[in-house]
Amino acid sequence: MSMVRTFIVHVADHPGVLNRVSSLFRRRGYNIESLTVGHTHLQEISRMTVVLAIDAQGAPLVEANLYKLPEVLHVQDISSVPSLHRELVIVKVAASQEVRPEVMRVVEAFRARVLEVSAESLVIEATGPEDAIDSLIEGVRPYGILEMTRTGRVAMTRGSAPGFPLGIRPPKGTAPFWSSDQLSVLRNCS
Amino acid sequence: MKTGAQILWECLIGEGVKHVFGYPGGAILPAYDALCGYPEIHHVLVRHEQGATHMADGYARAGGGVGVAMATSGPGATNMVTGIATAMMDSSPIVCITGQVGSKFLGTDAFQETDITGITLPITKHNYLVKRSEDVAPTLRAAFHLARSGRPGPVLVDITKDAQQSSCEFDRSAYSPLPVTEGKYNFDRDQYAAAIEMINTAERPVILAGHGVLLSNAMEELREFAERASIPIAMTLLGIGGFAASHPLNLGMMGMHGEAWVNHAIQEADLLLAFGMRFDDRVTGTLKTYAPRAKKIHVEIDPAEINKNVRVDVALLGDLRQVLTRLIPDLERTDRQHWLHYIDELKGDSAVRDIQNLPDSGHLYAAHVIHDLWRETNGNSIIVTDVGQHQMWEAQYYKHEQPRSLITSGGLGTMGFALPAAIGAKFARPDAEVWVVAGDGGFQMTMSELATAAQEEIDLNIAIINNGYLGMVRQWQEFFYDRRYSATPLLSPDFAKLAEAFGLLGMTASSREQVGPAIREARKRRGTALINFMVEQEDSVFPMVPSGAALHQMIRRPSPLVETAASEA
Repeated sequence: MSMVRTFIVHVADHPGVLNRVSSLFRRRGYNIESLTVGHTHLQEISRMTVVLAIDAQGAPLVEANLYKLPEVLHVQDISSVPSLHRELVIVKVAASQEVRPEVMRVVEAFRARVLEVSAESLVIEATGPEDAIDSLIEGVRPYGILEMTRTGRVAMTRGSAPGFPLGIRPPKGTAPFWSSDQLSVLRNCS
Repeated sequence: MKTGAQILWECLIGEGVKHVFGYPGGAILPAYDALCGYPEIHHVLVRHEQGATHMADGYARAGGGVGVAMATSGPGATNMVTGIATAMMDSSPIVCITGQVGSKFLGTDAFQETDITGITLPITKHNYLVKRSEDVAPTLRAAFHLARSGRPGPVLVDITKDAQQSSCEFDRSAYSPLPVTEGKYNFDRDQYAAAIEMINTAERPVILAGHGVLLSNAMEELREFAERASIPIAMTLLGIGGFAASHPLNLGMMGMHGEAWVNHAIQEADLLLAFGMRFDDRVTGTLKTYAPRAKKIHVEIDPAEINKNVRVDVALLGDLRQVLTRLIPDLERTDRQHWLHYIDELKGDSAVRDIQNLPDSGHLYAAHVIHDLWRETNGNSIIVTDVGQHQMWEAQYYKHEQPRSLITSGGLGTMGFALPAAIGAKFARPDAEVWVVAGDGGFQMTMSELATAAQEEIDLNIAIINNGYLGMVRQWQEFFYDRRYSATPLLSPDFAKLAEAFGLLGMTASSREQVGPAIREARKRRGTALINFMVEQEDSVFPMVPSGAALHQMIRRPSPLVETAASEA
């Protein structure tokens, strides 16, 4: 049974690393639901939240295959770990003067924010779990969605355990890569 | 101060490289210019960059080190792709170095620019684009380390022309290779205890020995393991040589063209011990009916292979040699007479395809050639095969006693592999006898490397199994496409004359009595010799597990041959 699983992937912040990760998913036939990437508080380390539709048997293979990329420093399958999931949406809704109060009620109900008010439209921003975002979108859909963008899921485990070994930073220097022995040190610290 | 090009060669020397197989061109010119200052490197000029990668591959497989191939940007780099993919599929450690246009021109579609790191991304363990001379040394150090560590494989280093030309500080004496640290046995008490329990209680166990045996140098440990617990060993194609063919516990090759008794033993086993193999579809047949009664223990260095094709009961992760060393003392000594006796009885069945000893009826069979080659060389030559029928016949009829004595493209099935890979093997082990066994089809894909063999004056022997067809495809057409021989009949040059054109010895043999003398003449001769064996045209490889069939459902050699054997005996 295929289900949606969430992986937190820490990678060395090198040019092309996103390409390597997404290429891996492509050639192994994994179906990406969403993939977000951004900097972390650690120098030269980026963090990805990857959501895949995959069965429980396939999940360890995703991890193992990711670790075959030298720039992948740490992988955590948080699908069965208590965690916080958030997504951000920005949606431009057709909102003439007549319907604007109704749209505003939807905004308030979902604790969304209005970013911009124009004569014929509102730009709304909301952050929350995917199902709340879905509900917001359904709430404003009847008024006419002019434009919309969603970030995809970002996630973090609950509790105080770090998802990535703190205190270990990539060495500074001119080396345009991580050597494998440095990587294995990092991998063993989780 | 050293140029990036000088640093490149000094790093290669620091990694112990003695041979580089390559082809110069515009973007790699600075490196080739600097090469003149390093006479300790023997550069072998190939005739096509694919040949360079296969040579590096053959060099690595024969010698156990890392092979190095070099090419220029653009077409030079793209010509390497097939060889890189071949090395990737067969876990062969090679480092490919390509020149790249100057860093200022990257992304401008400059002359001979191609995104080779993008192209080779899925077929390398990793690749690097180096744009500064300062990065040359640390990158090469990492590249060699990555190529040989864990599950070995190809690494590509793309170096821009300006990175080769510009200078920086480099201390040659301070360079040392990174030690291999990955692949240590990741001991897990529960998994280990379960494995020992399964092995010691199994009644019908079979070991499946793969390429990992050779890659981790676990030959001795494998023998000790098998002898102590009296467990028969079935070989994958790439595992051949990891366990002596003459050993009574060696069953032979498994899979699509494996011996019938081997496949039957696997199907009837109650425990499979997969050692450094990956349950390729060519060895399992359909997975639905694969070894249905067997528990499975997988010893593997690459975690991504566990439960990929076949669900296993126990996985022991790490270097095979380390795992076996740990397991051996805990094995109970047993003789498993009943099981071994049962398999011996299955072997009686093999006469059906055992044609090498058929009396000479005027027809020369490929099996005759391989069998006689085995006899003449006492099973001690390095054989480098191409891909197709001859490859399977070689695996069936040449009994390999020594490790690293069969070099063949298994995973990718790359036609054209044999000749260049054999040239590489000869450079890795100059004192070994090296034979190319190739079909008339595959040989024509890379036969330009005959010029390389001639220019390097190496002592190589070449056996072409010439049946006038792309034989394996023809066989599939015969079995599964109603004998419609679409695009498989093949015209070839007179290979003996071709060899002569390169200044090499060329011979032709078309009957059984010509085989032995031709082989002896080739072995006697210094320099490269080629024998064109004109064999039965529409012979097929038996047994055969059709694609998608169960492993025990084999097509057997049709009975007329058996009858011929009986009437002529």
